[in-house]
Amino acid sequence: MEEQKHFKHPSFYPGDAPETEHPFSLYISVWILLFVLSAFSYAVDLAEIQGYLRWFLVTVFAFLKAGLVVGVFMHMAWERMAFLYAIMLPPLFLLALIGILAVDGAFVYYIRDLFMPLVG
Amino acid sequence: MSNNQTVSFEHTIPDNLKGLVADWSSDVQTFRVRWSKAMMWIFLVSDTFIFGSFLCAYMAVRLTTIEPWPPTSEVFALHVGGADVPLLLIAIMTFILISSSGTMAMAVTSGYKKQRKKTAFLILLTALGGLAFVGMQMFEWSKLIFEEGIRPWGNPFGAAQFGGFFFMITGFHGLHVSIGVVYLAIVAKRVWDGRYDKLNDYQMVEVAGLYWHFVDLVWIFIFAFFYLW
Repeated sequence: MEEQKHFKHPSFYPGDAPETEHPFSLYISVWILLFVLSAFSYAVDLAEIQGYLRWFLVTVFAFLKAGLVVGVFMHMAWERMAFLYAIMLPPLFLLALIGILAVDGAFVYYIRDLFMPLVG
Repeated sequence: MSNNQTVSFEHTIPDNLKGLVADWSSDVQTFRVRWSKAMMWIFLVSDTFIFGSFLCAYMAVRLTTIEPWPPTSEVFALHVGGADVPLLLIAIMTFILISSSGTMAMAVTSGYKKQRKKTAFLILLTALGGLAFVGMQMFEWSKLIFEEGIRPWGNPFGAAQFGGFFFMITGFHGLHVSIGVVYLAIVAKRVWDGRYDKLNDYQMVEVAGLYWHFVDLVWIFIFAFFYLW
């Protein structure tokens, strides 16, 4: 019975604890922030910024927005670390894939650039 | 002390099928969240890898094409009042999806306050936003297919691979939105019927919310990497 009581304690599921209930105002400010960041990304296109600066800005705004959605809307900011790392670390493996494909892609482009004009 | 416990543990649980079940069902819990939430998150991680693979494949192909990539900001322009406004429809779609994410976050909060009608209303509003998004995507697809002549195997603007990636990535995302609309409609009905009041537990609203926010999250990256890069 002691055990049962322990498992049903509200703090056992931090996600359900009252202190993680947030006022609407928090969501509305995040909402506005998401609009502003989207507008910034859109402005990058309208201003016709090209090259590395464009890619850099677009990526930064995307990750800022993603952080807000995951952290606040999906409540990850209030989850325990054990859960946060279990969910957030595995997708980092994609960085390895991106790195490998970028190196390989550059090589394939180089080869095609050399030989495809010859083949026609 | 702890050594003793380990020994006795190994002796009391046999190493056979019964033991296997006992091991897996023993009172050990790593994640202090409920299974419904944990399983939705784990599903979303797997979905992250699906969309991640799509976008990585897109990157790999875009890096290797000799022909120029079609100018997305012109391809996706909308003709309004005699002028082409670049990416206008995409901007509106982004606006709608972010708004629906906002109403969903409010629905989750209302759920924890056990405000039945307000929660159901906000979820329904979210689903309507999703429906509007899918409708606009249908409009976008038909414009690209019938007017611009974009096909999965080629298009008049540049690299032939553009269409294949566009239809695959946005199609798979649109499928997620469509499934989400049905999912949210079911949850809204259940909230309205008072199912979660009877259980005295609105956790399933938060779980549905996770799925919906994920759909928004994927769109953020599609918007950035496919439309803007």
